[in-house]
Amino acid sequence: MTAARAGASPDLDLAGIIADLDTGIIVCCGAGGVGKTTTSAALALAAAEAGRQVVVMTIDPARRLAQSLGLEHLDNTPRDVPAAAAFTASSGGHLQAMMLDMKRTFDEIVEAHSEPARAKQILQNPFYQALSSSFAGTQEYMAMEKLGQLQETGKWDLIVVDTPPSRSALDFLDAPHRMSRFLDGTMIRLLSAPARAGGRAYLKVVGAGLAIFGRIITKILGGQLLKDVSHFVGALDTMFGGFRQRAQATYELLRQPGTAFLVVAVPEPDALREASYFVDRLSNDQMPLAGLILNRVHPSLASKLSAGRAEGAAETLASSKNPDDRLTGALLQVHADRVRTDEHEQKLARRFASAHPDVPVRAIPAAARDVHDLAALRQIAGHLTADPPGRPGTRTRAWRASARPTA
Amino acid sequence: MPTAPAWPAARLHVVTGKGGTGKTTVAAALALAMACDGRRVLLVEVEERQGIAQLFDTPPLPYEERRVAVARGGGEVRALAIDVEAALLEYLEMFYNLKRAARALRKMGAMDFATAIAPGLRDVLLTGKIKEAATRQVKGARAYDAVVVDAPPTGRIARFLSVTEHVSGLAKGGPIKTQSDGVMAVLRSSQTAVHIVTVLEDMPVQETADAIVELRAIGLPIGSIIVNMARQPLLPLGSMTKASRGRVDAGSIAASLTTVGLDGSSLAGPLLLEAAEHAQGWQAQVACRARVDDLDRLTYELPELPGPIDTGSLYELADAFTRAGIR
Repeated sequence: MTAARAGASPDLDLAGIIADLDTGIIVCCGAGGVGKTTTSAALALAAAEAGRQVVVMTIDPARRLAQSLGLEHLDNTPRDVPAAAAFTASSGGHLQAMMLDMKRTFDEIVEAHSEPARAKQILQNPFYQALSSSFAGTQEYMAMEKLGQLQETGKWDLIVVDTPPSRSALDFLDAPHRMSRFLDGTMIRLLSAPARAGGRAYLKVVGAGLAIFGRIITKILGGQLLKDVSHFVGALDTMFGGFRQRAQATYELLRQPGTAFLVVAVPEPDALREASYFVDRLSNDQMPLAGLILNRVHPSLASKLSAGRAEGAAETLASSKNPDDRLTGALLQVHADRVRTDEHEQKLARRFASAHPDVPVRAIPAAARDVHDLAALRQIAGHLTADPPGRPGTRTRAWRASARPTA
Repeated sequence: MPTAPAWPAARLHVVTGKGGTGKTTVAAALALAMACDGRRVLLVEVEERQGIAQLFDTPPLPYEERRVAVARGGGEVRALAIDVEAALLEYLEMFYNLKRAARALRKMGAMDFATAIAPGLRDVLLTGKIKEAATRQVKGARAYDAVVVDAPPTGRIARFLSVTEHVSGLAKGGPIKTQSDGVMAVLRSSQTAVHIVTVLEDMPVQETADAIVELRAIGLPIGSIIVNMARQPLLPLGSMTKASRGRVDAGSIAASLTTVGLDGSSLAGPLLLEAAEHAQGWQAQVACRARVDDLDRLTYELPELPGPIDTGSLYELADAFTRAGIR
């Protein structure tokens, strides 16, 4: 185990990151099922214990994790995590948690940016209802919007964000842009022209291709949908600039050095491939990548005893008449299995390290049981913020230097 | 394990599951098992991630039905990765004779727009294509004995399969409503079985339970629960509790280790810790299996295979299905 665990990667100093008062936002990204939500919650707890005023925004937490955070309802509002108070009291830190309600967040934007009568009109539009509850990317867009809102209040000095369980981790960065491009797009403006200019402008600007397009849409989906879209865009007109500006502002916020992106992955080829894409993308977009959390690894506790040697000894012991010997044989089988898993995981970690030698990595051992309470969450937090393996007490304070993309 | 499938009429098998449970692998193995003895099976991918090509170690699949594997007894598995845009062009040509206009529109980026403007149009195209393949006739006979779909994960499956209804709600008139109703009729019939893949961990089991409730609410026929990657016990079952609580006597283990020439005094401790984690994992798995049993559904169980998954592993898993009576 020790330093060789993550191949040649530098260690990811999470304790330093959460203690650094310049860190204002931590975003946990990664493919679905890698433990993003648990990691976000554990980091938030660790930061609060270290004295920070923290809010963690979860997207779709497992029921028991949500309960352990005291989140019984999806109500879009940060609430105290009562069970955390015992751990944060001595440092003066504070932990709040919330679950994102994407429809509610969207509705709130509409309400905040339009006259009550117009807001009502929008909220009741069938096209808006479909868009706000099922458009691919709405969740990502609203996660970013909510992040912007939380940040604006200035109530917390650290916001930890869990990202939606998208097909691809990249969606979190792409969806808001796609969405605002869509709402702000030329196509939708042209299509909605009749609603805004009584049809005359429409005739002027619409080329033959677009006329065909309108016909196709009408033919396939029926004329009603086009009318709904038209009315929606007409009603939304005053908000358009607001939409685009907000998305852009939040996107810019994420590029600030006070933000730390953490990519979460498990030691499996698909998850690491996804992590690689994401790492490349962050550096292309000049987003501040802090490092990779390699979740659920199985380090062998006696790595000097090879799998082959253990299996040979197990075979000898298996035929013994002494039950202790036979049990020992079984223990050696468990060990051999563990060593093979460990080797496989290390190989994958080395592969990642050779492709991304500058990206700091922290490996987190798998817990035998799922996280059901704050005690288990603290255990994970302990692994996240422990001293680098093999180098006690030598934390690098310079994580930001390595995180900054080289132009 | 059951010996005969409880869905004799089903030939459209939709495989879902939480991310990370291996649903693509399971769908591929299921297709292989169903293709045994000369049958023809189509394996469909809908998320444009080319997972099937990777599993069968073939170049990325184009939008056409290609043979990817030969099953035992001469059957074959064909695979199709549905490309939404191509499906839209095909649809426009088939129903409206509009292919040329559609091509021009693609250049304008209108396709993106069309699939964006009608949330769910994407899913309608996908499910429409799946229904077409499942019901296709060639010279009076069915083109495929079975169609297996590597579907979106449990969190999105109900929406994916009922999206035709969302669209019918949205597009009140228009021929797409007729089309959606046809798709929904097939999905709700006994021709379809939705299988949910899970691993024996808390969250996937919980999502399985949630998905069953959701699917039932919209009247979709649930086939089976497929437990994937079930780990085998490496310790005697009688010793699990003792091992999990760290109550095994380290002294006697150290003595045994010394008899085979190992350094018992330094190894006994770490080995017992590893054994405790193994035993705790095993107990957690037993508890999860009990929760799966409580769901009271036909359940299949596939073992965890050592090493990375390759085409050979697919045949191994297909054999496990065959032994359980799937054909």
